[in-house]
Amino acid sequence: MEKLYTKDQNKTKLVKAKPETIQFLLSYSKSLNITEVDGLQFESNLN
Amino acid sequence: MVVQIEDSQLVKKYIQGDERAIEALINRHNSRLTGFIYSKVGDRELTEDIFQDTFMKVIRTLKRGAYNEEGKFLPWVMRIAHNLVIDHFRKHNRMPMYNSKESYNIFSLLGDDKLNAEKRLIKEQIDSDLLRMIKELPEDQQEVLEMRIYKDMSFKEISDNTGVSINTALGRMRYALINLRKLVEANNIVLTN
Repeated sequence: MEKLYTKDQNKTKLVKAKPETIQFLLSYSKSLNITEVDGLQFESNLN
Repeated sequence: MVVQIEDSQLVKKYIQGDERAIEALINRHNSRLTGFIYSKVGDRELTEDIFQDTFMKVIRTLKRGAYNEEGKFLPWVMRIAHNLVIDHFRKHNRMPMYNSKESYNIFSLLGDDKLNAEKRLIKEQIDSDLLRMIKELPEDQQEVLEMRIYKDMSFKEISDNTGVSINTALGRMRYALINLRKLVEANNIVLTN
């Protein structure tokens, strides 16, 4: 039976976002602040 | 026994200020969402960018209290990702997808279509030879050839402009080409670049 494995190892890796991306999102979430003034929302980033 | 908190519960916790809840949501759907985006764009770096933009939008929407699809968190996130993929293709005018490999060479995609100095000289020589031979053709053939090739006119337009029938115009064009070939052979001219 012919081998059905791919030669390109890159294709066999599990596709998942990098830990750096996750870390960035978590930091973004912590720094994002929404303030509401007279029914208007304002976004601010508290870095 | 591991008890898994539902997405809707995690969303609620996050809205109430529990930052760990968003971490759990991202990690839970990381693989599925990444796979979904990758299946559409076929590029790892781009997948990473769209994944990031998707969750930035999710975070903003949740923090602003604008989320109202309780219980349907993943389909909602997927829809955001899908829209961002469409935006990307719109912005980049449906550029074809190329797989990046080690042997990838940017010059196989980008090329300078301008002629180099040598080819430009050859082209100038060919143009002047051709022009010289066209001038040797009978005037009626010259006229049709010029209108057809240089002015890109149809035989109908040539017929209207010269006052001859379409068949006559076609015949003149045919003889112009036959005569040009004869002149090329007689003068031993090479008309290739």
